[in-house]
Amino acid sequence: MTIKEKLWDPVAGFAVTFTTQFKKPVTEQYPFQKEPTAPRFHGRHQLNRHPDGLEKCVGCELCAWACPADAIYVEGAENTDEVRYSPGERYGRVYQINYLRCILCGLCIEACPTRALTMTNEYELADDSRESLIYQKQDLLAPLQPGMEQPPHPMRLGDDEQDYYAPEGIVR
Amino acid sequence: MTAMHENLAAFGHDPWWVVVIKVVLIFAVCVLLTLFNIWWERRVVARMQHRIGPNVHGPFGLLQSLADGVKLALKEDLTPINADKVVFVIAPVLAVVPAFVTFSVIPFGPVVDFFGHHTPLQLTDLPVATLFVMAIASIGIYGIVLGGWASGSTYSLLGGLRSSAQMISYEVAMGLALVAVFLYSGSLSTSAIVAAQGNLWFGLVLMPSFLIYAISMVGETNRAPFDLPEAEGELVGGFHTEYSSLKFALFFLAEYVNMATVSAIATTLFLGGWHVPFWIDHVWAGANTGYWPVLWFFLKLFGFIWVFIWLRGSLPRLRYDQFMALGWKRLIPLALVWILVVAVVRVVALENSFDPHWVAVPAVLFTVLMLVVLLRGPKAPALPVFENQGAYPTPPMPAGGAVRGAAAPLAVPVRPSTVSAPARSIEEAS
Repeated sequence: MTIKEKLWDPVAGFAVTFTTQFKKPVTEQYPFQKEPTAPRFHGRHQLNRHPDGLEKCVGCELCAWACPADAIYVEGAENTDEVRYSPGERYGRVYQINYLRCILCGLCIEACPTRALTMTNEYELADDSRESLIYQKQDLLAPLQPGMEQPPHPMRLGDDEQDYYAPEGIVR
Repeated sequence: MTAMHENLAAFGHDPWWVVVIKVVLIFAVCVLLTLFNIWWERRVVARMQHRIGPNVHGPFGLLQSLADGVKLALKEDLTPINADKVVFVIAPVLAVVPAFVTFSVIPFGPVVDFFGHHTPLQLTDLPVATLFVMAIASIGIYGIVLGGWASGSTYSLLGGLRSSAQMISYEVAMGLALVAVFLYSGSLSTSAIVAAQGNLWFGLVLMPSFLIYAISMVGETNRAPFDLPEAEGELVGGFHTEYSSLKFALFFLAEYVNMATVSAIATTLFLGGWHVPFWIDHVWAGANTGYWPVLWFFLKLFGFIWVFIWLRGSLPRLRYDQFMALGWKRLIPLALVWILVVAVVRVVALENSFDPHWVAVPAVLFTVLMLVVLLRGPKAPALPVFENQGAYPTPPMPAGGAVRGAAAPLAVPVRPSTVSAPARSIEEAS
């Protein structure tokens, strides 16, 4: 060891804590002042809709298969011409995400073939019971925007699902 | 000796109501100091770690420790089935009472007009007040040792044993550090020691004693970096592992009152007690009269508390053998040699009638020597020699032994390779 290491280094550490005292703390005043998250923050999930209000989810269960924590449960069902929830043949009749298991990794988002499942920036997911932390389909569905219509209803944007997935102007 | 008796003549004439008011005031000050110190420590340590600390309850978060105290009192009070019930209850009381008692001989100020009664701002004084302080501090150790023993738990027992060993060891160094003060002031009474520091603090002329005391008072109060008795990572909670609710709160209170107590003693014995710092009294004559000295006293006290906090924010915990080696092999011998130096200078000064303040010269030299001895640290132990170096699974030792200090910058050795990797075409890669 050099003289500096023996005599000076034990003292130098005190200067670090001393000067840090007068620096601006990095604390965020979270519950009082909410800072925006990063734009691609992995928050609570959302089930999206087509512009006419039909659900994008086709009940394929790829999200449930992709989930490493086994947090997603999906049951698909057939659409009929009378009762239609999504443009294609099938829709997600039951859709549950268990937020006690979910690790918010986003693999379900990557697996979704119709962009039905995405993530929001909402992160305040604490609750006090197991039941309330298993989010049902109605908890996850995106709210109806103006111009949307509550399903079930017939397809408004075309005759078949291709008009939803690849509208005019996009090469099929 | 006459000076000492004159000094003590001010004590022992208080009517009963003045004594009662003083006792209640001291108790209140100790409890409030504890609440304040806990808050202050959390705030300052937070700033040292780039955080803010408690700032929600009350102005600047000042009521946080009060809220914590109420929460602690409302918790379930558990007594382990193996515990010695009587001692288990007595131990926290035994820890907290001596911490308060010490404050009875701490001078907060000079003789003042106390509700129309002339009395010193000090509960009482004894011809041997400093010895009394040392004796009372030793009783506080019983609380911790008995608490550890009576819990009927191995962790508590280990914590209590560590604590007793630690406090007894550091009390030796502490007592030896004080001897120089006694030699120099010619008295053991706290008010006389403060009076002897009217011109020059003992912390300056007896700097080695001051440093030894400052180090050993941290060991004495079980504070970081000497917080081995309650080393959370090693002993769960040390001697108070099995304690909960108000009994735990008493230990907590004792720790913080002890911090204030040793700081008050350090202020009294080394930093001039209630005297105004930096010769301000030469500019402002009223600075050392009336109730102003109480302010100077508490400013110095908080200075020490801040150093406690700074140490906690800066230093990691010592290993047990390092800690004991520091106390027994360094502090105690240094204190003994220093007492010898002070005694010689004192005798020579008295016989040849030169200013005893010249002891400051050997004090500075001794301080430099001491800092070198303390900062050099113990000699690194010889590294064991391993056979079959580099054989699986042991990686080879670096040339020149284990790396000490900062790691060398990472350099990847460039191996002269004879076969260059074949360049892959895009078609191959895809």
